[in-house]
Amino acid sequence: MSDEIKPDELLDKIDYSTGGGSWMDTPVQIRPGMYCYASNPKSVETLGLPNARAWNPLDDDWQLPDNWQEIIHQGLKERLDRFRTFKVFMDICVRCGACADKCHFFLGTGDPKNMPVLRAELLRSVYRNDFTTAAKILSKIPGGKKLSGSRPMTLEVLKEWWYYFFQCTECRRCSVFCPYGIDTAEITIMAREIFNLLGLNIDWIATPVSNCYQTGNHLGIQPHAFKDMLDFFVEDIEEITGVNCAPQYQKKGADILFITPSGDVFADPGTYTCQGYLILFKYLKEKYGLDVTWSTYASEGGNFGFFTSHETMKRLNAKMYAEAKRLGVKWILGGECGHMWRVIHQYMDTMNGPADFLEVPKNPITGTVFENAKSTKMVHITEFTADLIKHGKLELDKSRNANRVMTFHDSCNPSRGMGLLDEPRYVIQNCCDNFFDMPENTIREQTFCCGSGAGLNAGENIELRMAGALPRATALKYVHEKFGVNTLGTICAIDRAALTTLCEYWVPDVEVAGVHELVGNALILPGEKEREEDLRFEPLPDSEEE
Amino acid sequence: MATVEMNGKTFEIDEDGFLLDYNSYCDEWVEYVRTQEGIDELNDEHWKVVKVLQDYYEKNGIAPMVRVLSKLTKFKLKHIYELFPSGPGKGACKMAGLPKPTGCV
Repeated sequence: MSDEIKPDELLDKIDYSTGGGSWMDTPVQIRPGMYCYASNPKSVETLGLPNARAWNPLDDDWQLPDNWQEIIHQGLKERLDRFRTFKVFMDICVRCGACADKCHFFLGTGDPKNMPVLRAELLRSVYRNDFTTAAKILSKIPGGKKLSGSRPMTLEVLKEWWYYFFQCTECRRCSVFCPYGIDTAEITIMAREIFNLLGLNIDWIATPVSNCYQTGNHLGIQPHAFKDMLDFFVEDIEEITGVNCAPQYQKKGADILFITPSGDVFADPGTYTCQGYLILFKYLKEKYGLDVTWSTYASEGGNFGFFTSHETMKRLNAKMYAEAKRLGVKWILGGECGHMWRVIHQYMDTMNGPADFLEVPKNPITGTVFENAKSTKMVHITEFTADLIKHGKLELDKSRNANRVMTFHDSCNPSRGMGLLDEPRYVIQNCCDNFFDMPENTIREQTFCCGSGAGLNAGENIELRMAGALPRATALKYVHEKFGVNTLGTICAIDRAALTTLCEYWVPDVEVAGVHELVGNALILPGEKEREEDLRFEPLPDSEEE
Repeated sequence: MATVEMNGKTFEIDEDGFLLDYNSYCDEWVEYVRTQEGIDELNDEHWKVVKVLQDYYEKNGIAPMVRVLSKLTKFKLKHIYELFPSGPGKGACKMAGLPKPTGCV
């Protein structure tokens, strides 16, 4: 759109000066381009969440229930009792500032309230006022409130919370640098839970959640349409390779149930990654007899419920185990997704488990037991593929990816949420000879967020997204200019969409590709014809050996 | 809820100007989006895109992915942008009366 802010203008806008005055006296200004639209009441109603109505964040009146302050107070109290981490995180921060310049939104905007410490302080100030004795005593002396850093809940404060807790992607980069290990994402998670008690979700989260709850995936793809989309990929693959890679659906007694984010079956360039999965499964079926099934019921790996509330996350997640149980598979294989893996790795087992009807995941082709997935029974596809490569079970022709000069973007949740760092790189390097990592303080555990995670990948907040994308883009630009990197590999569906926009905006010569797109190009299918094009129907690069 | 008017008809739209109720799609709506998109005159190719989108949506309850739209219309993505300057989603889907897609897209 022509009215969007240009990259140069965005850079000029960044101002790291604090502007003087106390942050508490600086009122929030909700600015278009920086926030997402309010939740559609129909979606809120479908989920049975409170206060479904049409509302607009720019209006003075947010149409809150009369007792909204009491709801917040009670909501905080319950969560302080229920989540020990939350209570500890409220109390132990010494405001050392180690996190201050670690947030991509702070780096991209210069807004002090995007320093993780201050974002948390927005909530802590009310916590102190409502729940600590020190603040109560200090409030009785002049200037005492300021001294204790406390303030009462007002509509102004609530709006400030809403604006800034929806400017956090729950990426947890800040927590890597916190000497206390405070997980600021959890503070955002609690704030968003509170918003949902008042009907204050954003629509980019609420509607996908409602779709997922009703239809089985975020995009609302019905079973016949889901099949139709995969059929389309099968046709394209057959045209390129001459091999029919048709998948199986809801196959009872299959070895493995495969679940990936629905973005992979719908949105480019994720669709090419999806074709990579289909090619891999066909190969494993032909060569080793591995039986993988897809499901049109458990047709979403992602879980935007995670960005709504624990309870909503649990409801959406439940179908993974339910479908695995119904089909009687041995274990579950998960696709290239980001936040899905934080939900699986850190919540699923205790939330909807134990899944003792499943087996501890073992790769039947290599004999490898995935000890790390012993309790969740769910393995990440790059772990699985890396294991196959390590044991020499895949025939890969790297020359088909010779046109790609790769780097890899660690998605926040698989890297910081489950320590998946080397496997994707290993797979990429076995599918392509040209690989260059971005600078070390921007990758692995220290990776910079795409700027669009945690449900913020909407269209209306594009200024926020591109500001948050700046640190990642800067690192990418560095390897692009230094090594000629032309492709940014990733293992997350939001990334595949968000980083594509990031590249178009900040580093226009770089393309985005899922890791299994490279696998799909390189893998030599039994009986395939001589390939002339890659999965994007681009001519294959000339083989250097010839 | 925001509304727009065109030639005596009123339409309810979302924040991005997508029609809220697919059933209220009509010639006046097309005319409204045409002016919004700055398209001088609709030709057979515009109509082909609109019809393909509607057929797919009525069958599947969702807009087709871009690659499917390209295949069904036999228009390259670049050409769809030439027809609808805002692209297949914000231009063509809007004209066809489809809702805005949400999720990891």
